[in-house]
Amino acid sequence: MSLPHFPILRWGEAYQSLDVETVVHFATGEELCQVSQANPGLIARDMRQAHRAREALRAIPCDELCRRLSRAADLFIRGSLPLGSTTQSPEEFVRCQSATTGLPEHMCRFNMEKLRHVLTNLDAILGSLTRGLDRGILTRGYGEERGIMRSMQANSPVLGMVLPSNSPGTHGLWLPVPALQIGLVLKPGPLEPWTPFRMAQAFFEAGLPRESIGLYPGGAEVGMAVVNHVPRTLIFGSKATVEQYRGNPAVQVHGPGFSKIILGDDCVDQWERYLDLMVDSIALNGGRGCINCSGIWVSRCSREIAEALAQRLGPVAPLPPDDPGAPLAAFTIAAQAEGINALIEAGLAESGVEEVTAKHRGGHRLVREQRCAYLRPTIVHCDSPKRALANTEFMFPFASVVECPQSDVLTAIGDTLVCTVISNDEKFRRAAVDATNIDRLNLGPVPTTRLNWLQPHEGNIINFLYRERALQIG
Amino acid sequence: MTPDASSTTAAAPRTADDARQALDAHLRGIVRWHFSPETGTPFWLDWAKRTGIDPIARVKSVADLSVFPNFADESLRVEPLERWIPAAYKGRPFTIFETGGPTGMPKQRIGWDDYKIDYEQFSATLSDADFPRNGYWLMMGPTGPRRLRLAIEHLANFRGCSCFFVDLDPRWVKKIISARQFEQARAYMEHVVDQAVTILTHRRVDALFTTPKLLEALAEKISIPEAGIKGVFCGGTTMEPQYTRFLIEEVLEGKTTFVPTYGNTLMGLACHKPLTPEDRYSITYYAPQPRAMLRVVDPDRPERLVEYDQWGRVELTTLTKEFFMPRFLERDEAIRRRPCALYPWDGVGEVRPFGASRTTIVEGVY
Repeated sequence: MSLPHFPILRWGEAYQSLDVETVVHFATGEELCQVSQANPGLIARDMRQAHRAREALRAIPCDELCRRLSRAADLFIRGSLPLGSTTQSPEEFVRCQSATTGLPEHMCRFNMEKLRHVLTNLDAILGSLTRGLDRGILTRGYGEERGIMRSMQANSPVLGMVLPSNSPGTHGLWLPVPALQIGLVLKPGPLEPWTPFRMAQAFFEAGLPRESIGLYPGGAEVGMAVVNHVPRTLIFGSKATVEQYRGNPAVQVHGPGFSKIILGDDCVDQWERYLDLMVDSIALNGGRGCINCSGIWVSRCSREIAEALAQRLGPVAPLPPDDPGAPLAAFTIAAQAEGINALIEAGLAESGVEEVTAKHRGGHRLVREQRCAYLRPTIVHCDSPKRALANTEFMFPFASVVECPQSDVLTAIGDTLVCTVISNDEKFRRAAVDATNIDRLNLGPVPTTRLNWLQPHEGNIINFLYRERALQIG
Repeated sequence: MTPDASSTTAAAPRTADDARQALDAHLRGIVRWHFSPETGTPFWLDWAKRTGIDPIARVKSVADLSVFPNFADESLRVEPLERWIPAAYKGRPFTIFETGGPTGMPKQRIGWDDYKIDYEQFSATLSDADFPRNGYWLMMGPTGPRRLRLAIEHLANFRGCSCFFVDLDPRWVKKIISARQFEQARAYMEHVVDQAVTILTHRRVDALFTTPKLLEALAEKISIPEAGIKGVFCGGTTMEPQYTRFLIEEVLEGKTTFVPTYGNTLMGLACHKPLTPEDRYSITYYAPQPRAMLRVVDPDRPERLVEYDQWGRVELTTLTKEFFMPRFLERDEAIRRRPCALYPWDGVGEVRPFGASRTTIVEGVY
């Protein structure tokens, strides 16, 4: 039987490349699909027609687009959708996504549900992100609200997305975009063509204009072409990538999260009450996300907390991806896991740093399999924020428990995507509210992984795609 | 003996056997030329003396080229230029050509008429409809000390007209790309392309020589067919099938004729077999035999050819009265392809930098 083939979608039209990559099962090497590879020039040429994507979407009122996207959510979750010359059921989708990304199947289902949630709540999400703006203003470019003229100008007819291979949950970020009457130029991660393609098919079946979506699988040079040719692009990358594009208004980089939980001096002695919250924040969804907690910061009780976390997480071991309780995602590139393991070992050599999980694990942190590898949960105790491992993030359940005086902690944590501050000390809470190095702030016992989609994530997408400007009519 | 152009005027061989015999005969003549004291080249005469090998006696056919080791191109950097002058050319001023990309001391090849002969032969492969006689040319690419600059001008002159030039310095491009100064590289490319657009906007030009990347960048600014370009002769970097298809279908809009070539200062110019649907845009180049010969060899045992349709390293032998260079291992790899009706000798397919499948190679815009 021939493998399913993902074509390039050039404004919705399938284009089969002469350059084709075969994507294989991470554990068995079984060939699963073929993916047409774009050459960067295709994007440059297609971007000449990008305005048509917006024109097609603008012809449909925003509220109607929300309704159609909600229908697409249903199709995505339940439908059999076109894939090459055949169709793919939701269960086949889950198996395939798990097989190429290394994510356990139950986590793939969880991510599907997350995407459905976004699409079926677009009305509320957009209402919140636009602060209740009359969406007709996005279509017309201007309009009066409460007697005041408001004008919103699109910064780009389309949003470029250079997507990762290893984190299907991130697709939630681009789902609201068509409802804002902005088209999509997606560059899927090499191992995760499944979601962008299936979602595009769901969009088409739900009545979104085909010409509103471009999908360009390919190598790193294709990602660069998206960044270079699309006026607004959202990319995922390392700390170095974040630095590279800092201050570039055309590129929004979603980098590592370095998300943290801080227990204030007034609550730290009751740390046991928050143990479940800490475990969930560290380990949910395989500990892969930028919203997973990578640091617990306290002024005392750090050793006890580290020990308790290690007792819970240390014994966690890989299970087959179809096991409903599989807690860990595989590293489909084993060398990546080996590199991370070596980095951790190097960090552990520093005085004042100790791995607490080792004695509870009953085996090595690095589990090598024939074609992949796993990293088992690791909790490290750091006696000071100055230790190299105190503020690191790895793509598996890893966290440092760091001892740091409360008076220093908000500065010492550095850039932090999600910070859960557990404290009733009003002064400390106020300081946390004012800390500009924290992006998403949870005041009180909220897991770092619990996202409220009604709030902005690493910047408000509306402000990235639209600019509010003055407009007067004479 | 005097330089002659017999090899260029002989009837083209029709079968692989004819081609082999013609090549062997040409090879014997060239070896005799370079290793005879009255016509020969100091570098090769000294080599024969030093090694005690008599190539005139030993080399009767291509198989006998194994008496020579793989040519060490370092000698083109370090040997005095005079050591490459065949006795028959003594006293005649020569042109110094340098190779394309790398920085540092370049490889240098001296020459007199070879580039003219090569490009006159190449001219015969061009259609007058696509590259009109008496039509102006534009060259956008590496000029400077490169053979290509004079060669393209000669081609334009030979076809009855003249050529405009827009220079690109590939050494600078390699330097800034290696330093990851991508913004500068982009700005430089833009600067080069803008100059070409200016020429095309104000002058009537029928034919264009450029590199694939520059061609793509030019098409970002103007429609090449609408600018009046009927034929594009292109070379310099890898052209994989999808990329070739993209250039033909989209960059040239299926209207302007595309003539890809593979060449360098040391070889001359290899022509491509006109593409058919069965080729699926996979380009095969054929050396200008018998003046140069390309083989695809096992990189680990370069004395062995790889099988047809297998990848290997490109080996070049140059066989002209001006320049003899046996078994030089190019920094390219290719698929060994079968002879075709137009060129009944082995071809090299899908040429790309040697090791491209294993590492990222900086090719830049050249």
